[in-house]
Amino acid sequence: MTQTDVAKPPVSMPPRRSRSWISAVVWIVIAALVGGVIYLSLSPGGSPLLYNSSNSHSWFVDMIFQPETVAQKLVVMVLAIAAFLAVMAFILWVVDRTSVPKGVLIAGFIGPVVLALASGLLWSAIKTIIQSFQKFDQFGTEIGWAGWSNYGHVFTSANTHMLINTVVWIFVVPIFATIFGLVYAVLVDRTRFEAAAKALIFLPMAISMVAASVIWKYVYFQPAPEGSAEIGLLNSIVRAIGITPVNWTAEYPIGTFALIVVMIWIQTGLAMTLLSASIKAIPDEIIEAARIDGASGWRLFRSITVPSIRPTIVVVITTIAIASLKTFDIVNVMGNNLTDNNILANAFYNWMSVQQPGWAGSAAVLIFVVVIPVIVFNVRQMRKSEAVR
Amino acid sequence: MTTTPTLPVPAPVQSGRAAKLAVRAEAAKTRLSSPWASLIAVVIAVLWTVPTVGLLVNSTRGEPGPTTSGWWHLWGIGSGFTLSNYVDAWNGNGGTPLSDYILNSVVITLPAVVMPITLALLAAYAFAWIDFRGRNLLFVAVFVMQIVPIQVALIPLNTVYVRFGLSSSFWSIWLSHTIFGLPLAIFLLHNFMKEIPPSLVEAARVDGAGHVRIFTRVLLPLLVPAIAAFGIFQFLWVWNDLLVALTFSGDTTRPITAGIQQLTTQFSSSGNILPSAAILAMIVPLIVFLSLQRFFVRGLLAGSVKG
Repeated sequence: MTQTDVAKPPVSMPPRRSRSWISAVVWIVIAALVGGVIYLSLSPGGSPLLYNSSNSHSWFVDMIFQPETVAQKLVVMVLAIAAFLAVMAFILWVVDRTSVPKGVLIAGFIGPVVLALASGLLWSAIKTIIQSFQKFDQFGTEIGWAGWSNYGHVFTSANTHMLINTVVWIFVVPIFATIFGLVYAVLVDRTRFEAAAKALIFLPMAISMVAASVIWKYVYFQPAPEGSAEIGLLNSIVRAIGITPVNWTAEYPIGTFALIVVMIWIQTGLAMTLLSASIKAIPDEIIEAARIDGASGWRLFRSITVPSIRPTIVVVITTIAIASLKTFDIVNVMGNNLTDNNILANAFYNWMSVQQPGWAGSAAVLIFVVVIPVIVFNVRQMRKSEAVR
Repeated sequence: MTTTPTLPVPAPVQSGRAAKLAVRAEAAKTRLSSPWASLIAVVIAVLWTVPTVGLLVNSTRGEPGPTTSGWWHLWGIGSGFTLSNYVDAWNGNGGTPLSDYILNSVVITLPAVVMPITLALLAAYAFAWIDFRGRNLLFVAVFVMQIVPIQVALIPLNTVYVRFGLSSSFWSIWLSHTIFGLPLAIFLLHNFMKEIPPSLVEAARVDGAGHVRIFTRVLLPLLVPAIAAFGIFQFLWVWNDLLVALTFSGDTTRPITAGIQQLTTQFSSSGNILPSAAILAMIVPLIVFLSLQRFFVRGLLAGSVKG
């Protein structure tokens, strides 16, 4: 072969035997499994199919489904991985024979994924949309249709600030994270301490938002009672300069901004990494030419750097906006169920944990609905920048 | 910092690479010579680090330090340096030991990383290198599923788990993380697979290799960086996840994030061990992150940004 054929990537294989009825059977089995899951999810109640904890089982079955000791948990983990890999290896071994028709070969490669995504994600999303229009009693049992009233509840419920807060999150977090990330990326670019300096900003990305919330707890700690020392850093500073200490995470609207600062602290690392890589990709000739023309410092940054990395800035802003929309951990851990500083993703969790699939479903659907235009904007910007290139 | 005045060096005609380096060095010098720029960078770095330092200090202050005074008093006012907080946190200090939670996190995370990678590798291979009807439609469907927020799937999934008797078991958490990780994994691995020259695959085919052989012998070794990139991504995501953990875990399967979340609600009784517990919870992801950082950045740049 002399020339790589880029236009036709799929490899041409010797034709397999077309016993299409076997392929049809395999795909019907996959479809039936998806259908089974759908059927089960629509008929709650009845005894559990795989494991019923109220019955007595052999120790092995109990261990597989409810491991108790350290050793049991580790054994189950190893068994799960081994069994899974064995099944996948078996599937590959079966479809590797040339006597296997092509439909089965494809089923071997993508069947498990189709099964998982169709029954686990696609059907779940459809069911959530359906549930958002259904009425539920206080035990979470469905009792007929609700029309738009679940959505009405989201918009008019006691959490009057929730939607405003969510919008504030979506706009404030990406803007500040991007600004800090960009400024920092430019400032440390090609300095001696670049790697270490970047690691400092990037580390918050690696830890959980729960851990980040604990870190910030000692910044925002509530004011100490009269006569005792402050625990929180911020209140200590505030007191030192003569202002009355504030319970930062409990007041409105300052609490929302206090929580937003934590999210900015986490997301700046992401912005910095992506923007830094993009800055390094600016061709030297452009910078050189601008320098020869006398541009430097701020002017170079504004007229050369920012326009060159504009596509990346769009990606960073949209990505962080979506992450902010879905933030649940910070508000859950630090906001402590204070309705004033609630946001949509946390309201979803609260409604889910009080057995209200209707309200929770409509909150989830609203999150989905807000994500879509952001993604569409992102994809269109990407197309545009690709067309320019 | 030395502030030598930078002479405007006219770039001499050099070979390309040397000239480039000269320009770079020049650029770095001008930037560093601005004291304001350095100051801003240092201020940002300090602001970003101080909260973490505070937690680290608090984790080593003896009782009643962490619950009665600020960490900036360091090891003064009756709270000397001690590591007993770590021991107490690990042993639970009367509550559930942190070691239990960390074990659960390990047991949750490893299968939740292996399963989506394996499934996604197979699917990505099919999407990239096998021609079949409906391929593009199916791939677009997977691509679109990346943007589905996991919130829309949690309640129906729980119904199914209850029906199977899997609720609050490890199985429900493994399955959930696998399902949620798949769309991104397929997309990412597919992009990497597409970059492999078709001639390589074609050559293997001419040698008589079938799809499975090509997949295991030719492509897998080349995909190790991509697998590492997604693997570390999924690892951090699963280890640090709280939403799936709170939704599906039970008393014997609760991971470290949910454990820490519980500790924060009991500040009066466990305020002394909270800082050290949080530090212990960060250690594993930090080690994974720092040792595999270049793969992580690579994954990020390839467009793997999951919310």
